[in-house]
Formats: sequence, structure tokens, C-alpha cells
Amino acid sequence: MRIPLGRKIVTYFLLSTAALLVFMPTLMAVVMSFMTNQDIMTGSFPSAFSLDNYRRAFEQFSLMHYVINSLFVSIIIMIGQLVLSSLAAYAFVFLEFKGRDFLFYLFIATMMVPFEASIIPNFHTIRDLGWIDQYTGLTVPFFAMAFGTFLLRQNFKQIPKELREASQIAGMGEVKFYLTVVLPVAKTSLITLGVYGFLTSWNMYLWPLLATTNDSVRTVQIGLRQLQSQEQMNDWGMIMSGAVIVIIPTLILLFLGQKKLQRGLTEGALK
Amino acid sequence: MTEAAATLSQEDYILFEQTKRKHRYKQFIKGMLFLLPSIVLFSVFLFYPLLRTIYLSFFLTDASGAPTVFIGWDNFVTLFQSSIFQQSIKSTFLFVLYTVPLTIVVSLFLAIIANEKLRGIGFFRTIFSSGMGISVAAASVFWLYLFHPTIGFLNIILDTFRLEKISWLTDPSWALIAISVTTIWMNIGFTFLILLGGLQSMDKYLYESADVDGAGYFYKLRRITIPMLSPTLFFVVTVTIINAFQTFGQVDILTQGGPQNATNFIVYSIYREAFTNYQFGSASAQAIILFIIILIMTIIQFKLGERKVHYQ
Repeated sequence: MRIPLGRKIVTYFLLSTAALLVFMPTLMAVVMSFMTNQDIMTGSFPSAFSLDNYRRAFEQFSLMHYVINSLFVSIIIMIGQLVLSSLAAYAFVFLEFKGRDFLFYLFIATMMVPFEASIIPNFHTIRDLGWIDQYTGLTVPFFAMAFGTFLLRQNFKQIPKELREASQIAGMGEVKFYLTVVLPVAKTSLITLGVYGFLTSWNMYLWPLLATTNDSVRTVQIGLRQLQSQEQMNDWGMIMSGAVIVIIPTLILLFLGQKKLQRGLTEGALK
Repeated sequence: MTEAAATLSQEDYILFEQTKRKHRYKQFIKGMLFLLPSIVLFSVFLFYPLLRTIYLSFFLTDASGAPTVFIGWDNFVTLFQSSIFQQSIKSTFLFVLYTVPLTIVVSLFLAIIANEKLRGIGFFRTIFSSGMGISVAAASVFWLYLFHPTIGFLNIILDTFRLEKISWLTDPSWALIAISVTTIWMNIGFTFLILLGGLQSMDKYLYESADVDGAGYFYKLRRITIPMLSPTLFFVVTVTIINAFQTFGQVDILTQGGPQNATNFIVYSIYREAFTNYQFGSASAQAIILFIIILIMTIIQFKLGERKVHYQ
């Protein structure tokens, strides 16, 4: 059906206005990151375009160090979540054993415990293990993931039972079937879950704040917090350049995987 | 002869039972091996901390977090009598009230206009969902500038219209609103994406038959779109409420719980009590209260969420 011209114009008008409003804060930050502080303070339009803020953020503030920490932490969490979720989902779909249903409900129950409500003992555990300021402290607590297990379980269920029977007749073991059949078939869901895991890990705030006391493994989010609290009120150009660096990796991932992510999240959420 | 056959079959039977048991045992071990990593981590970082938090909430602790004196319900009693905690609960609920309905309404509006099949619609969808890729730290820094008393964009606009400037983050009556606006802006991306997914998975034939009947745009919106979207809407509402109760980063960067505790939401209050005041007992009691609130929300979501299956 063709959309009438009048409605088309109204829709485009609404879309553009909304897009401008929604994107305004981000856009302003990007523009400011290229402005001189003098222009920012006087509230004038940018008189010059410069990369000076970025240069200073990288040189004076070791921004690169934080970015590398964050990349490392996010990739480790992503891999850990993919491995643990897919193993658990495999057991829930393909293996039959006593207590499986009980364990499944136990996994559901974990979704009712907000991480914020258990940070105190978790902080003490990490401290007693000597994991403060260690990559282990930042990553290991997030490997087990009920949402990821459900998402993959949903996907594994669609693999025909005949495939599994055939593989058993051919004498294929569980591990081989998991590695050579199940994982390749579920590739799309694994990528969706991976992107989701990376996004959430990269953006994590409260836990990295507690689990780091110095710059050695500190993530870029907490680095940005340091930057804005140290430099507050005077060096907005540099603060904004830091913030722009923080959002670039996740925005790129989001732009590339938006459709898949949307489908994956909706499936996980509503099935 | 018959006797021999009977014993043989009995032996067979025992053997059969043994093999079956062995097989079952093997299956159990196999299942556990696949689940073990998750179970271990859930136990260490989820179930144990939950029990430990309940335990700690009945104690006074030393600065390292070790329980010292058992005081029963005293932590809870003191909390509910404390005006700071009452203020914290009030602010948290007000914050939920300010953010949840507006987030849903704005996201739903965006999802509906972005669901049209127009040229270049992908661009708008990407813009609307961009909030999902912006971390709480970055978003808070953006708004820290927008709310800045002298060079901030919002006050510049007010100034050009000759209106009085607002101390967004230092005026107790504005700070909660400022944090709410930031939060709504941050959450729109995710909510929009889920709602758009819900809209796209809807049956087209309902609309076609409505078109045949000559139904108008808003009639279809009210009578078809919203009712059909209700399970998705319901999911989004509960997730947004749960997220709102867990708010931390915005507060930490923009107001640090101030001014006059106006934005001292429950998670920030837990953080402050535990990691600034080292009152782990009292902080644990607050964590339990947060846990109960979220538990109730999750149960409501599961209970009512089950029902949606029947009318789909």
C-alpha cells in the first residue's frame, strides 16, 4: 500500500525533529570535543577546529591505557559468557538427567537477584581472594549469565532431534556434537549474545568503581569519572573528547548489529 | 529347566537394572559437567552473597566488614526511623514515577513513527536506538555540561528567552528532575528497540482488514496497535521499573546524592553507607529492602507475563 504524501511529510517532519532532539546531547559533545576551551567558555560558535583536546586526553591522561583495559575486560567477559551460557544451554536442551528441571528453575531464580543487592559480600570475596585491581576481579563474577543461557536454549531447541540421533548412531560424543554441530548452527545467536555482552561489559560502572583502586586495570568508564572530577569546570574540551572515545566502540557495534541485536533481545525477552 | 530359565531372566533383569542405573548416573555426571561452571559461579557470586547479605543485615560490623555484634532487627528499625533513609525511599519512588511513564510514552511514540516503511527509515532507527551504545558515565558527562549553571546549553536557552537561569544540579527541587531527564534520555534507546521489535512482529492482516473497513490512523493505533503490543509494553514497563530502582552512575557523576539528599536513591545510599561510612550491617539491610522490591517486581512480571501466552 502506498502512503499518502501528506502523511509522509508529517512523518518525516516528526522523525527529523525527534532525531535532532534525541541526538542533540551526543552531537554537542562531539562538536565540543573539537572546540577550543575559549570558545566553549564564551558560548560562541566554534571558531576553529582542532584535535588538540584528543591529543591532550591521550598524552596527559593516558586515555589509551584505560581503553585497552576496557577492551580486554569486555572481551574476556564476552568470551566467558559465551562459553558458560552455551554449555549450560546445551545441557538443558540435549541432556536428560535427574534434577535438570530443578536446576533450570534455579537459573531462572538468579534473574531475581539484582547485582546491586549483593555487592557488599562480593566486594569482600574479591578482596579476600586478592582480586582487587586484578582482571579476574573485574571479569569472573560476570561469566555466569541466566539471560544468555535462555537465549541460547531457545535457539538450540530449534536444532532437529534427528541430527542428534544421527550423530549418536555415528558414535559422536557430546563434546564433539556441541563443538561441530550445535555451535556452528547457533552462530547468529552467539554473535548477538556476544555483542550484547560486550556492550554491557564496556558500559559497566558500579563494579569497576569498587574493584579498582588504582590505574593498573581501571576501565575507561571509571577513567572518565576521574577525568571529569579532576578537571571539572575548566577543561570541557578534554572531558568531551574522553567521553567521545568512550562511546565510539559501542556506537560502532550498535550501528553494525542493530537489527540482529533487536531481534535477539526481543526473542530473549518475550519467549 | 524352567527354574534355570527363571533365574537367568532374573539375573538379566538385575543386569538390566544395573546398566540402566549406570547409564542414568553417567547422564547425570555429563549434565553436571556442562552446568558446573555456571553453577559454581552463581553459587560464589550470587547465592552466597545473597545469604551473606541477609546474615550481615542482623549484625554490626567492623570496618573490614566482619560481623561483630548480633542486633536482630535493629538495623531495619533504625533505618525506618531515620529521616535520611525515609528521604531516600521517597526520592527513589518519585524517581521511578518521573522516569518510567515518560520513558515508555516517548519510546512508544518513537517506535510508532519509526515503524513506517519510508526511505531512509534505517537512519532514524539507528539514531533513536543510539542511547543503548552510550554508557552511563558518558551520558552523565554530556548532561553535566547541559546542566552547567553558566556555560550549559539549557541555561543559555533560558537566557536567550530572558528567563531566569536554573541551578539544575544544586537546587534540591530541580536535581531530581535533572537526574530523571538524564535517565529518560539514556533509557530511550533500549526501550525503543524492544518496542519496535514488538511492532514489527505484529500480524499485518489485522491492519489490512481494518483498512478495508476504512478505519482511521488513530483508531487503528488505539484499537489494534496498543492492545496487540500489550505483552511487549508490559515487559518494557517492568524492566524499566527494575532498572530505575538500580540507578547509580548518573547520581554518582551528577549530584553525589545531593543536594540535601534529594537524589540519594537506594543504590547510592547502599554504596555510601557501605563504602564511605563502613556501616556494612546497615547497608546490607538496605540491600535486602532493595532485593525485596525487585523480587516483587520480577514476580509480577513472571505471573502476568505467563498470561500473555493465552491471548496471543
